Amino acid sequence: MGAYVGDRLWSSVLGLLGGIVLLVVGLVVLELVKVSRPALAAGAVRFLLQQDWDPVSGSFGALSFIYGTLVTSAVAIAVAVPVSVGLALFLSEMGPPMLKPVVSFAIETLAAIPSVVYGLWGLFVLVPWLRETVEPALQRFFGWLPLFQGPPIGLGYLAGGLILAVMILPTISSVTNEVLKTVPGSLREGAFALGATRWEAIRMAVLPYARPGILGAALLGLGRALGETMAVTMVIGNSPEIHASLFAAGYSLPAVIANEFAEATGAVHVGALAGLALVLFGISLLLNALARVLVQLVARGPAKGSA
Amino acid sequence: MKKSCVALLVMALGGVARADGLLITGAGATFPYPLYSKWFSDYNKEYKDRRFNYQSIGSGGGIRQISERTVDFGASDAPMTDEELSRAPGVVHIPTVMGAVVVTYNGPVQGLRLTPETLSALFLGTITKWNDPRLAKDNPGATLPDTPVTVVHRSDGSGTNSIFTDYLSKVSPEWKSKVGAGKSVKWRVGLGAKGNEGVTGLIKSTPGSVGYVELAYADQNKLPMAELKNHDGFFVKPSIGGTSDAAIGVPMPKDFRVSITDAAGKTAYPLASFTYLLVYRDQSEKAKGEALLRFLWWAIHEGQASAAALDYAPLPKKVVAMVEKTLESMTVQGKPISLASSR
Repeated sequence: MGAYVGDRLWSSVLGLLGGIVLLVVGLVVLELVKVSRPALAAGAVRFLLQQDWDPVSGSFGALSFIYGTLVTSAVAIAVAVPVSVGLALFLSEMGPPMLKPVVSFAIETLAAIPSVVYGLWGLFVLVPWLRETVEPALQRFFGWLPLFQGPPIGLGYLAGGLILAVMILPTISSVTNEVLKTVPGSLREGAFALGATRWEAIRMAVLPYARPGILGAALLGLGRALGETMAVTMVIGNSPEIHASLFAAGYSLPAVIANEFAEATGAVHVGALAGLALVLFGISLLLNALARVLVQLVARGPAKGSA
Repeated sequence: MKKSCVALLVMALGGVARADGLLITGAGATFPYPLYSKWFSDYNKEYKDRRFNYQSIGSGGGIRQISERTVDFGASDAPMTDEELSRAPGVVHIPTVMGAVVVTYNGPVQGLRLTPETLSALFLGTITKWNDPRLAKDNPGATLPDTPVTVVHRSDGSGTNSIFTDYLSKVSPEWKSKVGAGKSVKWRVGLGAKGNEGVTGLIKSTPGSVGYVELAYADQNKLPMAELKNHDGFFVKPSIGGTSDAAIGVPMPKDFRVSITDAAGKTAYPLASFTYLLVYRDQSEKAKGEALLRFLWWAIHEGQASAAALDYAPLPKKVVAMVEKTLESMTVQGKPISLASSR
């Protein structure tokens, strides 16, 4: 009987804790909706699709910020995922045992650096390097792509994306590393027994098994990239425009909120910033949902294929 | 259980606040924060029973908090608008010191000189090369190369932005109609950087760039500063003296809500502004209200002496005399108190 009461008490405590999380999320959304109402009065769709952002005349649109957030995050994922998976493979499969602790320590250190330090490093090291070396080179070889056109100013989507790539690299690589450790040794041994080389064993046995986990790791990284504020605002150029070129200056959702909220006094301006927060929340929610579906699909995939 | 925890917490916090004497809380502008913290500590040394807690959360936050009466005083770089005042009736502006904004650059010239027309053309994006004839005309004798100009502005809403855009709106009708004045505006060209340090970092690392920062920040970091042509047609270097002079050349309204950019006077520096403390004309708490008024009196007299050392411009005598009148007209629980005697 005593144990029974204890169990019920315990489960109700856990239920309460779970409920609190939902409650907090709900309250955040509710408050954002309330605060953003003055700005969304002209229509939520217009707010989403309008590019103009002019605090003086009170005309607010979210499009250039949404675009900037998505583009920088996409660049970050495109750069960070291959590097992180390579790092994780090095740590779990290929690397000499002597080096492994050194490399994994370095990766953990990357995760501990505050984002404002990344931003300063970006401003003083990455941006000049991009302007003097990387962007002119990209322009010479890939200048025919609209992605690499326009004057190389260093600041912009590319700088923002690369900073984010460095910042999400520890997350993705350490999670991927853990995932690779769960791959049963028998799979590798089986591949070797069939005469596979080390690379073939990784490609045909290890990676397919780990694919859902790696995808999950990438999405964890993406989540961080979407919300990152300080480092991005220091290198993205902070101009609410939309350009196809990665060299151009842009703006991101968290950056504009951080920049303008402290000094925004009009109800419409504050409302518009709350609206942006709501949009960011929506994007994160959407991607999270998408991630769950994808992970499930991929998890089912190889089992069926190999059967 | 929960309730007793909350009660304990409240008691603990209350205990801290009550620890010794009177605690006066304020919030607002970041620009005067270094000076205010010196004032608060100096004042506390003289009057041990009065302590201050100031949160530099930005002018917008200061206005919001004084309007909601969550603090005893607010602080703002830009005066409150009529709309903001209507939501906080009874708030008085007390100018404390003055600040200036300087145009800094990473360019091919030493001692760059700019007329208002050239400055607005730069920030409107109609001047794109350093060898533009307008820049050449302002800087006779300088060799200007055919290299691009990169414009840098503050991306975060700030008093600095408001001074700079207010000035450009006064001197350029095109700026006024296309951009306007405000803490955050829609910039026509250029890159945005966060804070004085962001702008400085970007300018230092970008050859051919031009931007603007606070005088105090530029001075402490030894940044090159452009000379600006003022209202009377003289080129003036940014300076503490020139900033104070700007307040003399402008007719001063009784509530001090005035822009002093582009002020008249030979020596007036055109990018200057007051910074204000915001207090209610009638103080509702006796001890706190009296202490606050006496502190304000101290700030516009003894306090002014420490301004210049921290790169703030002291108030001109004419303005001090006006602020004295305002302070004397203020009341605590409906009754005036005598301030001059507290000196």
